[in-house]
Amino acid sequence: MRPRRQRMIFVAVVLIGVAVATALALTAIGENMLYFYSPSQIVAGEAPRGHDVRIGGLVVDGSVARQANGLDVVFELTDTAAAVPVTYTGILPDLFREGQGIVALGKIGNDGVFQAREVLAKHDENYMPPEVAEALKLAAEGGSMPNPHEKPAGSKP
Amino acid sequence: MIPEIGHFALILALAVSIVLGVVPMLGAWRAVPEWIALAVPATRAMFLFVLLAYVCLTYAFVAKDFSVAYVAQNANAELPLFYRISAVWGAHEGSILLWALILAIWSVAVSLASRTLPDVFRARVLAVMGLVSCGFLLFMLMTSNPFERLLPAPANGQDLNPLLQDPGMVIHPPMLYIGYVGMAVPFAFAVAALMGGRLDAAWTRWTRPWTTVAWVFLTAGIALGSWWAYNELGWGGWWFWDPVENASFMPWLVATALMHSLAVSEQRGAFKAWTVLLAIFGFSLSLLGTFLVRSGVLVSVHAFATDPERGIFILAFLAVVIGGALALYAWRANAISGGGSFRLMSRETLLLINNVLLVVACATVLLGTMYPLIIDALGLGKISVGPPYFDAVFAPLMLPLVFVLGIGPLTRWKGDTALRVVRRLRMAFVASLVIAIAIVLITAGSSPLLLAALTMAIWAMATTTVGFLARVRSKADFRQGLRALPRSFVGMSLAHIGVGIFIIGVAFTTSFSTDRDVRLAPGDSEVLAGYRFQFEGVSEVPGSNYLAQRAAVRVFKGDKQVAALFPEKRLYPIQSQPMTEAAIDAGFTRDLYVALGEPLADGSWTVRLYYKPLIRWIWLGPLIMAIGGLLAASDRRYRSAGKARRTVGETPADTVLSAEPSRG
Repeated sequence: MRPRRQRMIFVAVVLIGVAVATALALTAIGENMLYFYSPSQIVAGEAPRGHDVRIGGLVVDGSVARQANGLDVVFELTDTAAAVPVTYTGILPDLFREGQGIVALGKIGNDGVFQAREVLAKHDENYMPPEVAEALKLAAEGGSMPNPHEKPAGSKP
Repeated sequence: MIPEIGHFALILALAVSIVLGVVPMLGAWRAVPEWIALAVPATRAMFLFVLLAYVCLTYAFVAKDFSVAYVAQNANAELPLFYRISAVWGAHEGSILLWALILAIWSVAVSLASRTLPDVFRARVLAVMGLVSCGFLLFMLMTSNPFERLLPAPANGQDLNPLLQDPGMVIHPPMLYIGYVGMAVPFAFAVAALMGGRLDAAWTRWTRPWTTVAWVFLTAGIALGSWWAYNELGWGGWWFWDPVENASFMPWLVATALMHSLAVSEQRGAFKAWTVLLAIFGFSLSLLGTFLVRSGVLVSVHAFATDPERGIFILAFLAVVIGGALALYAWRANAISGGGSFRLMSRETLLLINNVLLVVACATVLLGTMYPLIIDALGLGKISVGPPYFDAVFAPLMLPLVFVLGIGPLTRWKGDTALRVVRRLRMAFVASLVIAIAIVLITAGSSPLLLAALTMAIWAMATTTVGFLARVRSKADFRQGLRALPRSFVGMSLAHIGVGIFIIGVAFTTSFSTDRDVRLAPGDSEVLAGYRFQFEGVSEVPGSNYLAQRAAVRVFKGDKQVAALFPEKRLYPIQSQPMTEAAIDAGFTRDLYVALGEPLADGSWTVRLYYKPLIRWIWLGPLIMAIGGLLAASDRRYRSAGKARRTVGETPADTVLSAEPSRG
């Protein structure tokens, strides 16, 4: 094979590979993207129900209640403007405590209760997840987070 | 006094690095031998000053000098000596200093091991490394000086983050950094070669062992990080697709591609422009990783301390390095002539597929890591891309890669016939498929992905064995044949076996792990995956700088006790931070993992139990890969590369290439 043809094949293989991977990656990213919502947005009904979303805020003081079996936990998350009830089953991370900023991943049930599948608290006592910090700031200013769903119709979450 | 000496040493190191980055470069351009000769002594001087600074900071930790702000933030009088020494790289400032020190060590290593290189070329390589050092030293002095004083000095320090008080964390960052920073060496070689306008076979032969060694450390560092996360974070996971993990994984993918494309460039003279581009990208991704970890743009378990100003500095530095190198590439790439020709069915083509897959994989990781940042920067909302994305994208890219891995080493350079290759490998393929189906049936697994992964894992090992035996049998006597094998071949074979072992580990752990959160009172027991975990209760145990609640859990299989586990819940009073210290019964075939949750009102606890089959193989595989890499890097032909230069160095590049004999 001459260098020129060799280069053509090289370019062709790279292009095909990249095209396939791009298609794959974009599909996968579209299906697996998780949007973040503040408690105010969830209370206002801006977040889709039945879809996985992330929510972040401060754990409301005195709201953490353990059920009798010891594994089911209920607590409230707030951005100081609104609060959302959250349920979780299992062991919470070390730094989960009242007043702490946390991020939870899960679905919003039809009753408006957030069913968390994963709860993340960061490994630093003073650390505030940036999303939570921004949500708190906006709530304090009376504004609201940009809604990821205010986009042209037809685009999937 | 000592911290001031350290600070001063850093300033001197910066001054020397500027001299190193400028004078030999001008000397190489203007052909001034005295200026060129400055490269080696300047490299050594820079190394000594950075080392002095590092020793000073270590001394401040050992002597518990809390008047140094960094020491006060990351150590405490009760912190054991071992962790005081490792606390040097426990946070931002010190890890950048460690980074600079490792870069200086690599520079000195290049200066020592490059006596056989042409002087001009060596001067350019060292000057490029000097410029990179200059960037990092400037960064440290401007935004993150580790020697800053805290006056008045506090009586005691705030202690090291408890998560970092673990032996795994002591060796993981240096290993990873050695690998990360090691990518600066092929980068410097590539830039120096572009400047000189000559990329001959000698260049690839010099670059190859350095790349391989950097890759070995990167592999070991990433594996150690994964092992640490598994042990320490208490979630029982080994890889989270966390942005910071991705930041170390991307250079690894590119380094792997670079190793393979260097093989083609060395043996056949092809892909040279591509190889140079990979060397540039490899180091750029290392820098990008630093930016991601240190700028605070990422939410991650690693984002301990963050500062946007630093991010901007690194971003600017990144732009200069990548932009400069790519501009040089665009200007000079035409001077790189294409090499030997090859047919479609040839080892070159298979290595090309390898490279495309690895680079595309790297691009998908980059996309998943950067996409949320871009969306956020555009004000389109806060999103995150979770592990499902990476899982969905990665398997379809990696399984074909492993398939090609099996064929490549058994295919001839330049051209081969498909029939010959099929004939050599059909038994291996049938055997892989049969064994994989048997395993799936025995273990009652159900996913098609599991079958595909197992088939490919066994395929990697089977084909490697076929190739290995063929090589050994080519000699009359088996033992003689074994001894005659070049180390690079043995190394490659080992590394490919390691890939197979790793995939088996991943496939089993992913498919057959079980876990359960339970509530246990003393005397209660719970059965998981055929093991009975009996909870004996919790007692209080004081540690050196923490207080622990320690549970005793006995594990039975049938009536026989197989393990006694003591998971802890620790409280580090200085940072008032609780820490779950999981207890693990490690085994070749399975791990049993117990983590303590919280105490409940009636004296019982929430406890998390895990059963993880073959999880050790996930780290065993990379370990074998790393050993293979070391073997390959120590191959005889790199050690005698100097002799080759004497004959090669004077001839024009392209005639050298066509004269290169093709090797197995």
